[in-house]
Amino acid sequence: MGSRSSHAAVIPDGDSIRRETGFSQASLLRLHHRFRALDRNKKGYLSRMDLQQIGALAVNPLGDRIIESFFPDGQRVDFPGFVRVLAHFRPVEDEDTETQDPKKPEPLNSRRNKLHYAFQLYDLDRDGKISRHEMLQVLRLMVGVQVTEEQLENIADRTVQEADEDGDGAVSFVEFTKSLEKMDVEQKMSIRILK
Amino acid sequence: MWGLGARGPDRGLLLALALGGLARAGGVEVEPGGAHGESGGFQVVTFEWAHVQDPYVIALWILVASLAKIGFHLSHKVTSVVPESALLIVLGLVLGGIVWAADHIASFTLTPTVFFFYLLPPIVLDAGYFMPNRLFFGNLGTILLYAVVGTVWNAATTGLSLYGVFLSGLMGDLQIGLLDFLLFGSLMAAVDPVAVLAVFEEVHVNEVLFIIVFGESLLNDAVTVVLYNVFESFVALGGDNVTGVDCVKGIVSFFVVSLGGTLVGVVFAFLLSLVTRFTKHVRIIEPGFVFIISYLSYLTSEMLSLSAILAITFCGICCQKYVKANISEQSATTVRYTMKMLASSAETIIFMFLGISAVNPFIWTWNTAFVLLTLVFISVYRAIGVVLQTWLLNRYRMVQLEPIDQVVLSYGGLRGAVAFALVVLLDGDKVKEKNLFVSTTIIVVFFTVIFQGLTIKPLVQWLKVKRSEHREPRLNEKLHGRAFDHILSAIEDISGQIGHNYLRDKWSHFDRKFLSRVLMRRSAQKSRDRILNVFHELNLKDAISYVAEGERRGSLAFIRSPSTDNVVNVDFTPRSSTVEASVSYLLRENVSAVCLDMQSLEQRRRSIRDAEDMVTHHTLQQYLYKPRQEYKHLYSRHELTPTEDEKQDREIFHRTMRKRLESFKSTKLGLNQNKKAAKLYKRERAQKRRNSSIPNGKLPMESPAQNFTIKEKDLELSDTEEPPNYDEEMSGGIEFLASVTKDTASDSPAGDTGSDTPLTGRSSPRHGPPTAAAAVPEKPQIPARLQRPRAPSPASPTPAPAQNSESAAPAPAEPPEGEPGAGPAPGAGPERRGLPSAHARSAAARRVHSRRSFQRPRARRRPALLKLASLPPSCHAPPHALEQEETPL
Repeated sequence: MGSRSSHAAVIPDGDSIRRETGFSQASLLRLHHRFRALDRNKKGYLSRMDLQQIGALAVNPLGDRIIESFFPDGQRVDFPGFVRVLAHFRPVEDEDTETQDPKKPEPLNSRRNKLHYAFQLYDLDRDGKISRHEMLQVLRLMVGVQVTEEQLENIADRTVQEADEDGDGAVSFVEFTKSLEKMDVEQKMSIRILK
Repeated sequence: MWGLGARGPDRGLLLALALGGLARAGGVEVEPGGAHGESGGFQVVTFEWAHVQDPYVIALWILVASLAKIGFHLSHKVTSVVPESALLIVLGLVLGGIVWAADHIASFTLTPTVFFFYLLPPIVLDAGYFMPNRLFFGNLGTILLYAVVGTVWNAATTGLSLYGVFLSGLMGDLQIGLLDFLLFGSLMAAVDPVAVLAVFEEVHVNEVLFIIVFGESLLNDAVTVVLYNVFESFVALGGDNVTGVDCVKGIVSFFVVSLGGTLVGVVFAFLLSLVTRFTKHVRIIEPGFVFIISYLSYLTSEMLSLSAILAITFCGICCQKYVKANISEQSATTVRYTMKMLASSAETIIFMFLGISAVNPFIWTWNTAFVLLTLVFISVYRAIGVVLQTWLLNRYRMVQLEPIDQVVLSYGGLRGAVAFALVVLLDGDKVKEKNLFVSTTIIVVFFTVIFQGLTIKPLVQWLKVKRSEHREPRLNEKLHGRAFDHILSAIEDISGQIGHNYLRDKWSHFDRKFLSRVLMRRSAQKSRDRILNVFHELNLKDAISYVAEGERRGSLAFIRSPSTDNVVNVDFTPRSSTVEASVSYLLRENVSAVCLDMQSLEQRRRSIRDAEDMVTHHTLQQYLYKPRQEYKHLYSRHELTPTEDEKQDREIFHRTMRKRLESFKSTKLGLNQNKKAAKLYKRERAQKRRNSSIPNGKLPMESPAQNFTIKEKDLELSDTEEPPNYDEEMSGGIEFLASVTKDTASDSPAGDTGSDTPLTGRSSPRHGPPTAAAAVPEKPQIPARLQRPRAPSPASPTPAPAQNSESAAPAPAEPPEGEPGAGPAPGAGPERRGLPSAHARSAAARRVHSRRSFQRPRARRRPALLKLASLPPSCHAPPHALEQEETPL
């Protein structure tokens, strides 16, 4: 803890990361700092353990799911991967929409991508659909123990039914987006400090 | 001393008259009755008003103020619109009016002595003691800039502008010079902690903004004191005699006053923490120390003419951690409540007396231009100052202060009782226009507290309003919206919003190494180890219900029945009662839900489905975990931390930990078979013994008690290097978890000697499962416990391990030849890849193990074994038979 190398430590591929994520130089530096602080053994990557050490995550009902989302494949996440996940939460700025180049891929912090990030937290088996079972699991995490299993199932059923339009008993990403179309996702899924 | 009411018996009495109708017979003896009425002799009852007058009047005033508070809160409508401080001022005006009408003498005013010695300290101490330290120090730079530069700016601009206008002749003829204006500017400049808190507590602004305004109002005291003293002495010296040296001295004195005050506070905080370390045997007076020593810090720095507010603030800030850890829970509660009570009453009295003090024609000197211009200048310059400083700050701050924040910051610059007390302190001989200053101050205070206090809430709401679409959120929106909140707060934690800064790391290191050792009780140092406590509790609970369940069913096989394969969500606690409770709760909820949502219900089609929907909505509303932002509480003078949040935290924490344990368990299942077999064998032996203990009539119910003592030992042994800092605790615990897997992975295959260590704990019969669970730091047992009841073979006491593991195949996610690290088990890889610190820890843990296993009553093993051997086979046969039935093979 506490040890840190010189500030000017170069971030490998800083420029390309910046282009991809849209972070400012300062934010990137800060995140790199954070990355190294989390990386306890100076491995150069983070493991699940590193993230599980963050105390506040243990009292976050979705904490472990979010940790999982940093490791889409494999056991480690390097700095670009780390930043890429965080980039979903960069606030949407005006210039983002103005300088939208149709050829360029959508920025990571677009509404669609923000929603997709949330979606894949629900969609554990990655079949592109939130099944009733998956919904139930999330509910279980997020609702206090006072609620009985029966009630939970009931709620899960209803939630799925409400969003399910094609009647397949599961919520696809399109349906998910649709059910939230009135919500100000851009604002709700943005963190001011991640500029 | 108490200035109020000390000016002659009849005036004090008058108050009594106005308040309660006591006889207007001060000092007159009241004869009790006819029979004893002989005059001149001994009097049974005498009426001595003069004797009790002062304290009596004070008590009555406090009572009135408190009753008024009750009155205000009877009507929610009023208090939700009008801030309490404003109401109190108005009440004061009314009461003052009554007293004035009756007596024509204003006898009760807020005197500086009373204010500074008795009313202010509790408020500031409360602010310091409950200060959200992390937030405060995280924003210290900003706060200091506002407090120092902002205050100087306010003082200078207000004073100079007023002087300029005065020169233009707009104010008419006043006996006043530049220095007087600067003096006035300096006492008007400071934002008042009492007023700011009173108003901001009711306006819910974001935490950063709150801490900035709050911190500024506390820290600007040093500047105010210095400016005030400097200009007062300059005025006394006379404008011509002020030299450059005096100005330099003034600047130097600023540093002396502020740093000195802080230092006094820190020293007393150190003393206080040290004292509370040794109060174990005088628990009853523990809370007293907190108040007395911090009050002494205030008086000491007042004596040294340093900043007393800074002293007591920093005393509170610095001691909170250690005091809270040292004193007993009851004392902590006492301190909390007493502090809140004192601060709250002091605040009430201050505002009421501000009102009362205003009713005194002798202090009123009206000068329209002066009063109005003062009001205009302080508002305008405050706004300009905020904008300029924020512009500067935003270049360095990570969290930017947005325009809305700036509006609130400028508008929140309330002046209050500090300014009033300071202006009353002025020497009328030297400052010729003292009365004008006093009346203007009163107007300014009333204006800011009442008018700005009234309007700031609508303003904040208005500024934040974007859309006013009112619509019943759909289920999906509700659920996902809440999920987003959680996601956001998790991402904030991961990205480290406040940042790990170097200084904080160094400080926490220093604190852990030295300060905490000196200032905290040993037991407190240990009990701060939160994660282990929770783990322990969790496991103990599990273990107890586990055994109970086992007893009920006659076997432990239920653990692996397919329905409970997601042990994560299996609640081991007696299910029936909770189900019942929640059902009845649901019924009640049902009714209230219908009532509450009546209107929306009408708008929709009435159908059963809708009603059900409503219930669902309501349940969700009620029981969805709140995101951190919503419940995270900052500082509130009138409220204490609600315990619900802690409950929620615990609940989630338990779940998370259980889940993580679970994943470790599955990791372990993915290990190689030899080891498993060896384990299985051991486990089984242990289990046999355990089973045998039940027929023996020794129910394991007694075990928990014993285990507590063991646990104490465990903690003592394992804890010494556990960091007190929460984050660290967390990691400590989790690394422990990591070491679990490592531990078992490394030493199990080694056969007897290796794997014996973690198993000994389990093998004593009486201590059965609870021991395993209770020995918290000894994590290896936990996963083991979870999979213990696997495939025991009924007859043979020493079954062939290999066969057994074969027959116990249905373990989840079990690769046939799981190489360490290659298994699909989640969470397995990273920790096995070798974290040095985890290594170190696991080594430590092992040491602890071995040491412990020596301490544990080893002797008991043998008798138990003997017992087992001596028992007739029928004794342990039934459980096994049952187990076999229930085990789906």
